[in-house]
Amino acid sequence: MQEILMQILNGLVFGMIIALVASGLTLIFGIMDVVNFAHGEFYMVGAYMGWFVIGYTQNFWLALIIAFFFVGLFGAVVEVSTLRPIRGRDPLYTLMAMFGLSVFAQQTILMIFGPIAKEVKEPLITKIPLFALEYPLYRLLIVAIAVVIFISFWFFLQKTKYGTWIRATMQDNVMASALGIPVRLVYTLTFALGCALAAASGVLVAPIFSVYQSMGLTVIVTTFIVVVIGGMGSLLGSILAAIMIGELQTVSSVLVSPTYAKIFSFLALIGVLLIRPQGLFTISKR
Amino acid sequence: MLTVKDLHSYYDKAHILQGVSLKVDQGQVACLLGKNGMGKSTTVKSIMGITPPQIRSGQIIFEEREITRWPSNKVSRLGISYVPEERRIFPLLTVRENLTLGLDIAGATRDEKMNALEKIYESFPRIHERLNQLGEGLSGGEQQMLAIARAMVMKPRLILMDEPTEGLMPLLVQEIKKIILALKTSRITVLLVEQSAAMALDVSDLVYVMEKGSILFQGTPKAFREDSKLMKELLGV
Repeated sequence: MQEILMQILNGLVFGMIIALVASGLTLIFGIMDVVNFAHGEFYMVGAYMGWFVIGYTQNFWLALIIAFFFVGLFGAVVEVSTLRPIRGRDPLYTLMAMFGLSVFAQQTILMIFGPIAKEVKEPLITKIPLFALEYPLYRLLIVAIAVVIFISFWFFLQKTKYGTWIRATMQDNVMASALGIPVRLVYTLTFALGCALAAASGVLVAPIFSVYQSMGLTVIVTTFIVVVIGGMGSLLGSILAAIMIGELQTVSSVLVSPTYAKIFSFLALIGVLLIRPQGLFTISKR
Repeated sequence: MLTVKDLHSYYDKAHILQGVSLKVDQGQVACLLGKNGMGKSTTVKSIMGITPPQIRSGQIIFEEREITRWPSNKVSRLGISYVPEERRIFPLLTVRENLTLGLDIAGATRDEKMNALEKIYESFPRIHERLNQLGEGLSGGEQQMLAIARAMVMKPRLILMDEPTEGLMPLLVQEIKKIILALKTSRITVLLVEQSAAMALDVSDLVYVMEKGSILFQGTPKAFREDSKLMKELLGV
């Protein structure tokens, strides 16, 4: 019983991390119609950035903020230099460009930092008693940070001028532009924000899973499953699907090995695609 | 105010506009008539800077400034508003958000926004009642009114209207006619695309008829009415 409770908590932590990565991926798809195959690499670069800054400053929280902004800026540069010139062409162009970027990012990181995984210390080593268990406070903090990010994000999208621009662009980019919205800037900022969210989750996860150059690949498969189940373009759908898949993978690993536990996610994906191919939550889009 | 000179626009390889030229003076209502697929909407989209279509040659001049191939967000900021075919209101934004979106972009202050909205509520009382409803919850007629109100709230000097009466019942067509006449009284220039010529002829100062991507006729509504061949073709009279 205790093991299951522990796994439920772990599932929530894992789900929240996936939700952070997935919300960026789904936002980018919802607004720009770009399937970002390199999204896992922004998560990986964020984790390396975090490890690097912690090495110099010994300050985890500063590293989190720096990685968020640095990778966000990197994302903006990628959007302007790589995606903007091929906008409007066949989607295959963006798929290939992002795949190329993914390979480039992995190999560059491998060349600079080598193949050995980097360890990052947990910023909080306290454990707290929970349901007669000792649970690391840092993991619960991850859940809290993710919730704060999601609430801020929701507030930004629903209550601010720029959030309304993003929602309008998501629903009808032609009309948004005809009303004066600088749609190209919205694309760049959205891509940057999506990448920054991935980087933040990369830093948050670093003390738990360590940092290595192929860590993006490990997370991106689950993220794509989550985004498809949640409904491509739906933020709420991605968050709920991420928690669901997180719980499914971790709780089922009590019964079978973690590798086999992943099969349950694929079964969920197949089930959703058969019954509701548009995903559990979808947005209407022109 | 608006001059289009020898405009050639393409959808991919399809040569849709084949040398369109037209001129609308300030405060005039000009209508662009013609059957389906003759290039009326393409003309309006080309002026608004919406792509596709792609402009290959020709000139669009607004208030002595060349705006050919300007992106639509820049065109909009010059004081040109667009009421698109099929309304295209934002389905998941509230009516208020649909209305204030353009004002936010123009950097209007809170008071300016309130004043602009108050004026709109006077002309569109039904929109006022639905402020907090989502766009998708409105009826077809209400959506059309919202699309016009959204264009008017930005205080444009030129409004491009693409088939605003399409699919509306006669009572609403009359309402739209009144709105266009009110715009004319306020000296706001309108370029109106219509398939149904009857209403357009009543409100317009100038008529352009398009056929196969070029202007077949230009003149006053009176001259148009006197052209029995065109009348028969477009109005079936």
